[in-house]
Amino acid sequence: MHIFTNPNFDFVRWKWHAIAISWVIILAGVFVIWKNGIPKGVEFSGGTIVLVKFQQVPDLDRIRTVLPGGGSNAIVQTYGDPAANQVSIRLHTTGVEAGQGLGQTADTVVNHLNQAGLGPISGPCTPGKTNCVAGTRIVGPTVGAELQRRGILATMFALAGILVYIALRFRLSFAVGAVVATIHDLLITLAVLAIFKHELSLNVIAALLTLTGYSMNDTIVIFDRIRENMRSMRRDNIASIVNAAVNQMLDRTMITGGLTMLSVIALYFFGGEVLRGFAFTMIVGIITGTYSSVFIAAAIVVIWQGRTPAKVAPAAPVAPTASAKKTGKRARAS
Amino acid sequence: MYKNLRWKLLTITAVFVIFFGVGVYPMLAAKYHWPSPGWLQSKALKLGLDLKGGVQLTLKVNTDDALRATSVATSEQLRDSLKTATIPYGNISVPSPTVFRVEGVPQDREAQFRTSADEIASANYDRNIQTGGNYEFRMKPTVERDLREQTIEQTLQTIDRRVNALGVTEPSISRQQADQILVQMPGVSDVARAKEIMGKTAVLEFKLVEAGPASKEDLLKQYNGNIPGDLEMVPGSGNESAVYYVVKKIAPVNGQDLRVAKPGLDENNQPAVHFELKSQGAQKFGKLSGENIGRYLAIVLDNRIVSAPRLEGRITDQGRISGGFTAESANDLALTLKSGALPASLTYLEEEVVGPTLGADSIRSGVIASVVGLMLILGFMIIYYKLSGVNAIVALIFNLVILLGLMAYLGATMTLPGIAGFVLTMGVGVDSNVLIFERIKEELAAQRGVRASINSGFDRVFLTLLDTHVASLISAMFLFQFGTGPIRGFATTLSVGLFVNLFTSIFVSKTLFELELSKRQTPALSI
Repeated sequence: MHIFTNPNFDFVRWKWHAIAISWVIILAGVFVIWKNGIPKGVEFSGGTIVLVKFQQVPDLDRIRTVLPGGGSNAIVQTYGDPAANQVSIRLHTTGVEAGQGLGQTADTVVNHLNQAGLGPISGPCTPGKTNCVAGTRIVGPTVGAELQRRGILATMFALAGILVYIALRFRLSFAVGAVVATIHDLLITLAVLAIFKHELSLNVIAALLTLTGYSMNDTIVIFDRIRENMRSMRRDNIASIVNAAVNQMLDRTMITGGLTMLSVIALYFFGGEVLRGFAFTMIVGIITGTYSSVFIAAAIVVIWQGRTPAKVAPAAPVAPTASAKKTGKRARAS
Repeated sequence: MYKNLRWKLLTITAVFVIFFGVGVYPMLAAKYHWPSPGWLQSKALKLGLDLKGGVQLTLKVNTDDALRATSVATSEQLRDSLKTATIPYGNISVPSPTVFRVEGVPQDREAQFRTSADEIASANYDRNIQTGGNYEFRMKPTVERDLREQTIEQTLQTIDRRVNALGVTEPSISRQQADQILVQMPGVSDVARAKEIMGKTAVLEFKLVEAGPASKEDLLKQYNGNIPGDLEMVPGSGNESAVYYVVKKIAPVNGQDLRVAKPGLDENNQPAVHFELKSQGAQKFGKLSGENIGRYLAIVLDNRIVSAPRLEGRITDQGRISGGFTAESANDLALTLKSGALPASLTYLEEEVVGPTLGADSIRSGVIASVVGLMLILGFMIIYYKLSGVNAIVALIFNLVILLGLMAYLGATMTLPGIAGFVLTMGVGVDSNVLIFERIKEELAAQRGVRASINSGFDRVFLTLLDTHVASLISAMFLFQFGTGPIRGFATTLSVGLFVNLFTSIFVSKTLFELELSKRQTPALSI
């Protein structure tokens, strides 16, 4: 069975169009982020989340109005399975970050709910109990700021590490192509997250880092075939070598993308509230990762190699450099 | 060839059985109450706090406290020795944790002052002369670093003792960043008490009372508004918090001299804490009480006076702290005293409580997502690759079983994001098979013959697989570095999954093809 029978699409021809489309999406994302900012999860922004399990969910607006400060900055939404009657209440404040003060906001929320007659909410939930606190999460400002810094650092180091690895295993143009394609995927995914107003949580960052690996994977598979074709198609120009490779791998690219997508879709619909952000990010990332390894990564190799004409035999330039070094050393020694 | 194949099959079966036993069976046994020996159950896959429920706290150790305490102690020692040597000075102060200053040393005594000061402070402090007989002592950077390090280590140990004393099963206390500590307490949901016990500095000191009890204003009047440098004013505690005492700054005996502390009752049958002292502490306490019979001794806990009994006679190795305790607070105080004082105060940076119901919900949805994902992939593989699809499915199931078993064996923790990693491993895992199968198809299309096609399919794809897996491992590694708890669980699952995948997609899958080939004379491949 085949998805495409002997495909022969001229992908390279569309490289500039593809790059243009990507820029449009990225710029749209930048515009949205510039205008609205990226909504951050509690891990990054700091704040208080109280998860209350009610016997019967009261009107969410009613909850909002009884919160401290009139609920002006609060996010109140149902959480998880509607039958569970759970409401997540998120405030952007915490108690003072000194001594044991951090949890005060959470206590205040419960007190306010009780005073307004929305309870009585008593203590932590145990199986079968309702009108209780199912969970709390309080993040002070220090942790949030630090986490942001580390998230950015981790992504950059991962990219740098992969860049070095591919440069060692393939050649520099490939490495640059792969890394640019991956950065492209990260940017597009961030843009889509911003456009859909998805929150940047720890799990989303985990998904982004996973995408770094995934998008590289996809690209490496195609690069591998390009490298192989460079040996077997010595007389052809780089554009047809790349085109051939992308076409040969097209079935595999679609199947792998599709299968990973299936597993992530299962996560999106059945994995529960916590993993939904992760799954959404992966869905977007798999689409753009598949697209970028076909259009962006390969295109960059063509553009880069196109400038240095003809000679594409791999490992050729290494030998003279090495021998030159040797002779240089010998000259100095004598 | 045949013999070789039999060995391979045997190896694969053995690996499967072992990992199924370690990774999957204990979980099923726990769920369906099947018999399972204790040693096997103890190896069962650990669940993270987000699945099991419990409390997780991130604490910052305020190491500045310990530095300041050292600076204060050193400056007080210097004050004492200046007094003994009758060297006059204007003022001694501690403006920052690592600095103390002595002001107004007369010019003709400066040489003498320097000798005294160097004797006491030169090991840990650099002395800087400023104008007008003023000196600044700054802690040496190496000393500061060591002290901070020591403070954090000591705090870790103290918290560990306290959490264990609370009776939490399988707590985890680990150092996070430079000065942060992560405490995980599965099964706990009363965060308030846990915080109270963990965060109590529990610095116990015995100090001689010079004046009081009285109101703040009266005491100040007694000293003409200026309390001498070697004394300090300390508030009472509980109902007496409006009452103040003036006590000696130096505490001859403190909590470090304690050997035992246990809750008990005082002579009025009120809850109290009994303590016994180590031999050295007993000596010091004997000297202190013997020389000061008739005076009052303040028992100071965390800079508040719990009580100030009169010394009726010489006391050596045991005593009692009473004054406004409830049974629980006496119990908690004994617990914290026994576990030792914290060398520095703590600040809570993050706290998370996962109720048991929330964790159970997460497990349920994680399992459902995994099963649905698996079914979708299985369905596709069988339809698209027919019989070879079965091969891929066997490899995939192997992959998942070994993944679970290996994680259990390594003592890794499964978290909710870890389940996502598990589901993702299925998607990425079949990729290896897809790559190999597509290659075999290509080779078949080029009329290479079944056996040759299969062999070159596996051979040629091997390097590609190596490259893709290394690239994924690199990003998983940084993910592990970056994350805490749950995210680390994800990175672990992903990494282990990658390793296992290389084994199953190449070894298991290929052996299955060989088995297929060995059965027929002129095989046709169903792919």
